[in-house]
Amino acid sequence: MSGVVVEGISKRFGSRGVLDRVSLEVPKGKLFVLLGPSGGGKSTLLRVIAGLERPDAGSIRIDGIDVTQVPARSRDIGFCFQHYAPFRHLSVFENVAFGLRLRRLPSEKIKRQVGELLDLVRLDGEAGSFPSQLSGGQLQRMALARALAVRPRVLLLDEPFGALDATVRKELRAWLRNLHERVGITTILVTHDQDEALEVADRLAVMDQGRLAQEGTPAEIYDHPANEFVFRFLGPATRFRGAWVRPHDLELRLQAGPGSVEAAVVRVIDLGFEIRVELSRADEPSFWVQLARSALPGLGLREGQVVWVSSMAATPEPVTRPQDRRAAVVS
Amino acid sequence: MSRISLRALAIGYVAVLVAAPAGAILWRALSSGLGPAWAALTSPLALHALGLTLLAVAIAVPVNAAFGLVIAILISRHPSWLTRALGAVVDLPLAFSPVVVGLVILLAYGQSGLVGSWLVQHGIQLVFAWPGIVIACAFVSLPYVAREVLPVLEEVGVDQEEAAATLGASGWSIFWRVTLPSVRVGLAYGVSLTTARVLGEIGAVTVVSGDIVGHTQPMTLLIQDQYQNFQHVAAYAGAVLLALLCLVVFAGLSLVRRGAHAR
Repeated sequence: MSGVVVEGISKRFGSRGVLDRVSLEVPKGKLFVLLGPSGGGKSTLLRVIAGLERPDAGSIRIDGIDVTQVPARSRDIGFCFQHYAPFRHLSVFENVAFGLRLRRLPSEKIKRQVGELLDLVRLDGEAGSFPSQLSGGQLQRMALARALAVRPRVLLLDEPFGALDATVRKELRAWLRNLHERVGITTILVTHDQDEALEVADRLAVMDQGRLAQEGTPAEIYDHPANEFVFRFLGPATRFRGAWVRPHDLELRLQAGPGSVEAAVVRVIDLGFEIRVELSRADEPSFWVQLARSALPGLGLREGQVVWVSSMAATPEPVTRPQDRRAAVVS
Repeated sequence: MSRISLRALAIGYVAVLVAAPAGAILWRALSSGLGPAWAALTSPLALHALGLTLLAVAIAVPVNAAFGLVIAILISRHPSWLTRALGAVVDLPLAFSPVVVGLVILLAYGQSGLVGSWLVQHGIQLVFAWPGIVIACAFVSLPYVAREVLPVLEEVGVDQEEAAATLGASGWSIFWRVTLPSVRVGLAYGVSLTTARVLGEIGAVTVVSGDIVGHTQPMTLLIQDQYQNFQHVAAYAGAVLLALLCLVVFAGLSLVRRGAHAR
């Protein structure tokens, strides 16, 4: 089996269990995303795969070779740290050349390879700069070039866009996806951002409290969440008639219709690209509906107004159903 | 306004505490012209004392720099009760009066001391000889490198070292290529302070050297001797020389800092 195979990995820090018998397979050449809330154990799993953290139990195989006992430096991996970890005393060129110099490549070859990489990450004009002169996005790209320079079997990215502002991260996301298509290297990316995960992943795994909650393609997981946690984590959710639904799957009308229930408008929040309407029903906790901006003028909503709400979701029943699909939850 | 008064306060404090006495010494050293001062500094006694002081610097400073660096790395990268205890022991010289340090060395390594009696039986004399002076200087200047490097190591963190490891670096290459360059300014500070401390050391040295004129008398003890024997020009000239040596060290330090900040 090529790619990365994680088998039964457990890890405790003191009395705190961080990973609990996690198993997953990352197919060769794919971009695999580990998604989960902070403290869910995904970064620790990435560090275990890299060899920066020793698991208490389980094994890691990379391209068929058991590397559980192999130190990080001999694992043939590239790792990008959340805060980029640039070598502050070295220029951009020397940062990228670091791994090549360790391998004692002739300087002509180093010069050529580093030049190509800097072109690839669009930092060709910054070879002589120092990390302190670069922006966050540039540092991120430098870290990527540095990791790619050693031609790793696996590229590991820990919250690669976590410290960047919204516009830059959207841009870099698309660029990374594009880069992956070109380089084709097996990649594992850790993030807590579900939009990012759904956008870039070939496959993704959702982690919750040190366990694997679900693994599959973005569409599989979005359409068939294994449990309430996955459903709520993957996108906006609200509780309607005792079940979790997506707020954009709720329809709001001024007259009663089939399957609709009565609710009172509590607040209308204008978010620009969408309208959020908070509603209340006498016997239920408040919930909200997401409307397209264009829908607002026709409805003319006011606070206190009575409206009718129905669910357009294909599966309006509670999503906390028995685990019928291959929800790899080990308990 | 408040910035100006704050500046005046700082400058005034330094002037009263440091500049005025230093100026007075320089003026007194040169009060009879350069000739007598130069003659005092180039006398065989003074040259021997200077040699002894520089010998202490040449041995104590590199040894303490190496150990201080190792201790700081152990405390920050491999924390355990053992390394924490090590950290506390490293600070001991700051808690002891130098004279007490001298007495402790005398007790341990003197002729009647546990280690000392064994050494003397084997023909090795530490106290009342130059090795004792070096040991005393190393002891009192032990904490400076460790204390300067440790906070830098903790601030830099392990990210860069881990990045180097994932790129294929061994422990040894990580030290030379990443750890050492990232603490170089802190290390330079520590080395400067250590050097200054060794150059000026007198308390512990008084006790362990025996103060034998022309044999175990480093610069500081010679200056004390000359001062007490009313050879004021010689004493002040010696003091100015020590101060100049310190200035050279700190000038070197600012070069290192400038090199680091240029990035």
